[in-house]
Amino acid sequence: MSVPVLEMRQISKSFYGTQVLKNVNLSVGRGEIHCLVGENGAGKSTLMNILFGMPVIANTGGFEGTVLINGEPAAFDSPRAAIEAGIGMVHQEFMLLPGFSVTENVKLNRELTKPNLFSRVFGRKLETLDRRQMAQDTRAALDRLGMSIDEWVPVAGLPVGYLQFVEIAREIDKDNLQLLVLDEPTAVLTESEAEQFLAVIERLAQSGISILFITHRLDEVMAVAHRITILKDGELVTSGPTSEFTISRIAELMVGRKVETQARKTWRSRPVKDEVVLEIRDLKVDMPGESLRGIDLDVYRGEILGIGGLAGHGKVGLANGIMGLYPSQGRVRYEGQEVPLNNTQAALKMGLAFVSEDRRGVGLVLEDTIANNIVLTSMQSQDKFLKPGILKLKDEKKIQAHAREYINKFDIRCTGPDQIVRRLSGGNQQKVCLARAFTQEPKVLFVSEPTRGIDVGAKSRVLELIVELNQMGVTVVFTSSELAELRSIADRIAIIYEGRLAGILPPDAPDVAYGLLMAGKSFEEVETP
Amino acid sequence: MKEQLLRIYHGFGLPRLIIAGFLLLLIIIAAGTELSVAGLLSDALVRIGQNGIYVLAMVPSIQAGVGLNFGLPVGVICGIVGVLVAMEFNLMGFFGFTVALLLAIPLAIGAGYLYSLLINRVQGQEMMVGTYVGFSVVAGMCIFWLMAPFRNPALIWPVGGQGLRVTLTLADTFAGVLNNFLSFELFGLAVPTGLLLFYTLMVVLVWLFFKTKAGVAMEVVGRNPRFAAASGLSLTKYRTLGVIMSTVLAAIGYVTYAQSFGFVQLYNGPLMTAFPAVAGVLIGGASTREAKVRHAILGVVLFQTLLTVAMPVTNQLIEGNISEIARVIVSNGMILYALTRATGGDQA
Repeated sequence: MSVPVLEMRQISKSFYGTQVLKNVNLSVGRGEIHCLVGENGAGKSTLMNILFGMPVIANTGGFEGTVLINGEPAAFDSPRAAIEAGIGMVHQEFMLLPGFSVTENVKLNRELTKPNLFSRVFGRKLETLDRRQMAQDTRAALDRLGMSIDEWVPVAGLPVGYLQFVEIAREIDKDNLQLLVLDEPTAVLTESEAEQFLAVIERLAQSGISILFITHRLDEVMAVAHRITILKDGELVTSGPTSEFTISRIAELMVGRKVETQARKTWRSRPVKDEVVLEIRDLKVDMPGESLRGIDLDVYRGEILGIGGLAGHGKVGLANGIMGLYPSQGRVRYEGQEVPLNNTQAALKMGLAFVSEDRRGVGLVLEDTIANNIVLTSMQSQDKFLKPGILKLKDEKKIQAHAREYINKFDIRCTGPDQIVRRLSGGNQQKVCLARAFTQEPKVLFVSEPTRGIDVGAKSRVLELIVELNQMGVTVVFTSSELAELRSIADRIAIIYEGRLAGILPPDAPDVAYGLLMAGKSFEEVETP
Repeated sequence: MKEQLLRIYHGFGLPRLIIAGFLLLLIIIAAGTELSVAGLLSDALVRIGQNGIYVLAMVPSIQAGVGLNFGLPVGVICGIVGVLVAMEFNLMGFFGFTVALLLAIPLAIGAGYLYSLLINRVQGQEMMVGTYVGFSVVAGMCIFWLMAPFRNPALIWPVGGQGLRVTLTLADTFAGVLNNFLSFELFGLAVPTGLLLFYTLMVVLVWLFFKTKAGVAMEVVGRNPRFAAASGLSLTKYRTLGVIMSTVLAAIGYVTYAQSFGFVQLYNGPLMTAFPAVAGVLIGGASTREAKVRHAILGVVLFQTLLTVAMPVTNQLIEGNISEIARVIVSNGMILYALTRATGGDQA
């Protein structure tokens, strides 16, 4: 075998003491389509940031290991160096100028120019654009992709699928392109667009360009990949030719079993009562990046319903939609009563409460005190903590006493109820959010990503608190990106895929079943061909 | 002991300590010249009471997240109209003052509501838009002053029978009703008791408002709109309320100001009213995002005392009339300083 285009050896990286990559090896041969798969947080993006010499890596202490391009060591200190070495990248978010034409975008900062009178006097910066040659190059690049669009169309009005192709056209227009990194390129494409896209990738690979393809769609992986590398928790699980894998095998390896939290081991197989508390029908939520495209779900009384799925598939849209934070439509009934959508006040008054995934943005008033943060929502939506009388003056004594009670109960580490919330650690901030939800005495509690960005100790305490609340009779809808966490405390786990319900599993279902649902495949579909 | 001092120091803030120290120095210097310190301080007390409510008007708009209310002239104009109507009918003393207030307040509620409609459409640029609303309203009202159907010969131009004069005196109606109420003199220091009492009343009302459910809601809307929305609060409602309160306070502020000043200045008179008020609340320690009632009080006391004491003293020391220039530099410099710091508050 010839020298691989890209080889990454023994790559390790840690952010502020947290190891995110451990001795990862990756090797991509010439003209090879190499698929990189793994859950969110498995370390794929960090690996790509290292490859691209993104400043974030150098700013956080660099990395260990070696990167070889065509067998020669090459650690890039800036994306520019990586591009010069022939590495191209298409990001998940489009990096195109909407007001510019396709050609102008493709040739941006690499414009072809010819000299004129002024440039002879004042220098190269004033040369005329060679628009005809630029258009010809762009045309050639578009033709290689099988795209028929006009090269002078402004990018602004093009459908999303086309934007992806324009980005790729820009990369392949670079003469020295050897390796193209595609970060979840098909996530935004429709099925037919995705098919066309995969065909293009195969054609590119045949022309000798190596492709590193990051995706969550496992059937795509099986369809186009030559080799597959699986990452999990920053470690290399396995790497090998596609023939060694099946979809279910990848799914299983990807999810794996992680260390479990001890929050609730004993009552794992608690029977769920057959009484529907919350009935969700055809709920559509327009939350940017996490939209739901019509979901039917029943929540039973007294259960902890876990909501899982990969990032960007809409799992956090559910709670945000029902609580009226993002525009939504459909029908939600609570105990047979219609919950008016797009009306936060009404939802709160009906006894629903919400702990947002965006702790600092939505969950807290950072400049305010712990005490105020705990009582604000209850005061405003339920008229608690007010002195009697028409003035509705706040009852400072009651507020202080209540805050002290919860500081003790939840073990919030602080100097007192009047400390500003901004100065608390992430875990303690989360406890304040939960205290606020407890204070509302909700009947149904939505908790989204409560353990994101907090330390291990606080994590298990937060999960314990959720279980505690549940034992007091509160129905909990618990959204999390960490499957292990969902499995440790939920009674049932619903997996959301591309804005729709992929399926509901018990917490002790096999890893493979979870992996498949997250990739949009049901267990039966794969196992019984 | 040391900790307590530190806490007081942090609560007070370094800029205010410097200003207070500077003030003290000026007063000591003044004592060494032929200026009457008691007279200077009497003037300062009057100006504090005169401008205090304008500064207070900044608190609700900042707390509602609208920022500094540069559109203060909107409320001031309502106050002027109230005063003019009372003058038209020659209403004297407390009765005239009360009538002027009772007319100005509903007008200010209406005008504040209209102003808030605009403010709620230009989120993120309220202060910029407000500045120009203030200027435009003053300019637009110039036409009104010329056309307004006032008939009292004391108000209109002697020739032509229509159009209000530029400067009108309140001497015959209700000039000084508050200032003279229960006023007394102590070692040459004249205390305008009524004026200060009325200012205190306004301070207490605003302070009380921020202890109520609605006041707390307004603060939350200003501090974190997304949290407020998640708690079921209507952003528009509380922003509107904040703007209306600020406008009403400006109107009340004007009526108070006019009775103390003794004159009504029309046409371009109210053009710059917002700026000393803005500078005042900022000097008091407020930022564009956070303002407490105590910032408004501290600010008006420091700023107005500085103006009244510093100018005569500098005039004594330096030849030529530098006082007006110094005033403009201090007030606009303070606004500039505060607008460039996003955090501010007690850390400013």
